[in-house]
Amino acid sequence: MAGQTLFDKIWNRHVVTEKHGQTLLYVDRHLLHDGSIWGFERLRQNGWKMRRPDQAFATPDHYTPTHTASLDDLTDPRAREIALAIKSNSEEFGVTVFPWGDKRQGIAHVVGPEQGITLPGLTMVCGDSHTSTHGALGCISMGIGSSEVTHVMATQTLWQTKPKTMRINIEGKLGFSVTAKDVILAVIRQIGTAGGTGYAIEFAGSAIRDMSMEGRLTVCNMTIEAGSRCGMVAPDEKTIEYVKGRPFAPKGDKWDMALKFWRSLPSDDDAVFDAEVTVDANAIAPMVTWGNSPQEAVQVTERLPDPDKEDDPDRKATLLAAYDYMGLTPGMPIAEIAVDKVFIGACTNARIEDLRAAAAVAKGRKATVPTLVVPGSGLVKEQAEAEGLDKVFTEAGFEWRLPGCSMCVGMNGDLLKPGERSASTSNRNFRGRQGVDSRTHLVSPAMAAAAAITGHFTDVRTMMEDA
Amino acid sequence: MEPFKSFKSMGMPIDILNCDTDAIIPARFLRIPLDDPDYNQYLFHDLRFNEDGSEKPDFIMNQQPFRDAKVIVADVNWGCGSSREHAVGALVANGIRVVIAPSIADIHRSNCMKNGVLPVILSREDCDTLRAHMHEAPGAEIDVDLETQTVTALNGTTFNFEIGPFDKHRMLNGIDDIGMTMELDAEISAFENDRKDYAWL
Repeated sequence: MAGQTLFDKIWNRHVVTEKHGQTLLYVDRHLLHDGSIWGFERLRQNGWKMRRPDQAFATPDHYTPTHTASLDDLTDPRAREIALAIKSNSEEFGVTVFPWGDKRQGIAHVVGPEQGITLPGLTMVCGDSHTSTHGALGCISMGIGSSEVTHVMATQTLWQTKPKTMRINIEGKLGFSVTAKDVILAVIRQIGTAGGTGYAIEFAGSAIRDMSMEGRLTVCNMTIEAGSRCGMVAPDEKTIEYVKGRPFAPKGDKWDMALKFWRSLPSDDDAVFDAEVTVDANAIAPMVTWGNSPQEAVQVTERLPDPDKEDDPDRKATLLAAYDYMGLTPGMPIAEIAVDKVFIGACTNARIEDLRAAAAVAKGRKATVPTLVVPGSGLVKEQAEAEGLDKVFTEAGFEWRLPGCSMCVGMNGDLLKPGERSASTSNRNFRGRQGVDSRTHLVSPAMAAAAAITGHFTDVRTMMEDA
Repeated sequence: MEPFKSFKSMGMPIDILNCDTDAIIPARFLRIPLDDPDYNQYLFHDLRFNEDGSEKPDFIMNQQPFRDAKVIVADVNWGCGSSREHAVGALVANGIRVVIAPSIADIHRSNCMKNGVLPVILSREDCDTLRAHMHEAPGAEIDVDLETQTVTALNGTTFNFEIGPFDKHRMLNGIDDIGMTMELDAEISAFENDRKDYAWL
């Protein structure tokens, strides 16, 4: 028998039953956020119970304000209602909740790994497409819609068609100031924004093995921007070290049992994937997106592409439309693009390592454009403050905010004005994503901080000394 | 859920590659309940309307006869991005029951099925042909039959599409997944009670 992939080993252990080519997949843990309000409402309307409230964990993130510690300051009554409902709903249904004001509150995809809710070998879901983040710990973790959220609440299962498997081997060594964010943008540029549709992706290769857990979380976060619901990395000693001692991770004898199981999970040497892709890590440089799809990414030293060189007429039209929307011209050097605002945060890049990278650039310098730094959770905020990063940011003129999704999607009111351009560490540069007629460029935290200082995209490698 | 047997309506071409769910419905409308009487207005809102609420005449949904079209013919990677099911809610609020595209993002595809909207995958070439035809002959109808898995358009040309047998059965009969799965409660309990590799959880 051929060997099994990491994905197969976990999937096969979660099959409750199969019918007509679909699998009823058991879900180990369910993350909920303020947007999950619809699921609770449907449970209540139908008089359904939550099957496993002990395996559901909730935290408000999308609607929470980042500029005030008081929900009374929220002027939109509906936003206030949604941000508060997660607490009352969780208490009513018996779900563990990290409510607003609790220092464990934060972005669901930062809180899950941080609390040890996310563990190797699990199946996890959340009503948010960036649930792919958690696969960095070696689990199957997928974003779902609100009907599926209700389905999981009521049955702890999901009907799924088994995806195909793809392995992306990122081989080589990352250069100075080249980060996980640059890696995933380079991957998406290479395979395209639909390159992973229908696949579960395992990220492998020496660059992934050498990468920190936080970097792996960034890579898996943006798997969905390559079309795949599920990105994963095989658990290794780094994973185990990361998980150990976290509040909802197993302890004592259970820890020993888990460890033995987790070490059996990596893909077998003779496992066969439906597709394999190789990416040259040595060739990756700091990246900047310029268009309205994450695949429109270029290296910071490049010029913007020429649409006339596109053979595909649809693709050419898309590029021209992106130039029009973004207010840019073909052939322009990236470094000539000036920004109006900088956003450092989001489930992609709001963990402590991201804040350290941004602070290293900001230290001793001054921002020339308004810059928001939004930590991914209250605990990330606390850690950053213990390290003095908040002081570095505020002395550089950056705003130090409270945790939440913030300007990634702007549902809490942190938005760009029409026509404004951002350097953003988030994951989507879609039209209007950060507000009506907003223009978003995706970059790493270090590149975002560099743009905050100079006011335009700047190769961060020229601002830092290679140690 | 309303069963889906067949559906015939005017087709509307959406010539946008990678049309994301933020474009289908901007995030600021997600706080509004789906039964809001204005929900149909939120579909493609920022492509359809200026800031003052006036229509953008260039957008196809604002052009006659497409205002009444209920079948969308889209381009590659329709529905990518955010998992927001409200995107399907905005389609349903406009009476749209079918989206035909060369590829549809996985989460959005699943959301469509849960709400009685049939996602149909045809080849890129066929979708290009259909969209070109909708432009050349505005008002042309598209007939979609789930039982026979066919799309009939272009004055009688028939295209076959694939759909999994389980998805087809649920759509044809308007079966609500949750009710169906709850009947498997004993199997789920048996599964939960026999998980030797997960005793640590």
